[in-house]
Amino acid sequence: MKKNEIFINGAFSDNPIWKQVLGICSALAVTNLMINSLVMGLGVIFTLALSSFTISLIRDYTPRRVRMMVQTLIIASYVIIVDIFLKAIYPDMSRALGPYVGLIITNCIIMGRAEAFAQKNNPFNSLIDGVAAGIGYTIVLLLIAMIRELMGFGSLFGFTILGDWWISWSIMVMAPSAFFVLGLLIWFINYRYYTKPSEEK
Amino acid sequence: MDINPLVILLAAIFTNNILLVYFLGMCSYLSVSREITSSIGLGMAVFFVLTFTSGINYLIYHYILIPLDLVYLQYIIFIIVIAAFVQLTEIVIERFSPVLYYTLGIFLPLITVNCAILGVSLFMVIRQYSFIQSVAYGAGSGLGWLVAILALAGIRSRLKDKYLPRGMNNAAISLIITGIMALAFIGFSGVAIIQ
Repeated sequence: MKKNEIFINGAFSDNPIWKQVLGICSALAVTNLMINSLVMGLGVIFTLALSSFTISLIRDYTPRRVRMMVQTLIIASYVIIVDIFLKAIYPDMSRALGPYVGLIITNCIIMGRAEAFAQKNNPFNSLIDGVAAGIGYTIVLLLIAMIRELMGFGSLFGFTILGDWWISWSIMVMAPSAFFVLGLLIWFINYRYYTKPSEEK
Repeated sequence: MDINPLVILLAAIFTNNILLVYFLGMCSYLSVSREITSSIGLGMAVFFVLTFTSGINYLIYHYILIPLDLVYLQYIIFIIVIAAFVQLTEIVIERFSPVLYYTLGIFLPLITVNCAILGVSLFMVIRQYSFIQSVAYGAGSGLGWLVAILALAGIRSRLKDKYLPRGMNNAAISLIITGIMALAFIGFSGVAIIQ
């Protein structure tokens, strides 16, 4: 497989969120503000790329029976790095994200990519696949956050976009809107790209 | 932090539902909610594992990690405890109660990667609960998760043969139903609990 093919596949046609429906937890939880989503996305790209790389590097030496445990421990070590980094450099951000940084460990995307790709491919290709899947994930996160922050606060990245006339929709900041926005987004993308009119019942 | 454990338990089921408010455990929630029987099995398994792991992780965090100054290792320790507990439960259940094993057993391996379990342990640390409060929070979250997946499974089993717009099957419609459920659960936050 060519390198750019791996990238396009990982980021768009096999996008973790709208195609595989993995890693929804954090996609919903951190998307009330764009800046949170961006930091979360960068954390996931870092963890995903490096853990795919490491898992692929040791794939021939890992016994099959314990590989889930080994993968979890590798992922957890990278998440600890992300967590310590955030705590040291951006303590406010670390507090805003709360437990969701730690929950990158159980983010199904990382385990999913490890099982589906890193187990079978060489370390460099796995690294590209990890970065691509991470970018695909971040794009969706930012998209959802853009809709929610714009309607909920009238701002983007904290800068006011819509003026004083805009009455903020407080529902957009609350939990249900995350489900609605993501549901409608997945519906739209499925409708537009993954189904044909003939499939209609 | 001296909130009545009973209040924490009820709040974790209704007002602060782990799934509908904190979005934890979505992966298995979306994939296993096709049938009511399997969602009861998974929900019971989550309830059981959550109640115990939140207690065990509390003891480990406060009596081992803090005295040894190893708090930065909490993620690794918590996930190992959860995985080991799940494995242990599987062995014990298989040995002593084959009937229970057939209802819960197949769902247990799924639990290790369910983010609700790790999430509850992390929330317990952040909110500085005491031991009893942690166990109450774990049990309440487990029950809340069970309620949510049961409700979705019930709705989805009725939707099975209905007409849906193109591209809206599975994930999209489940998310929108969950959104409506979350909206309904917000109503509980107006309920005052008399202590």
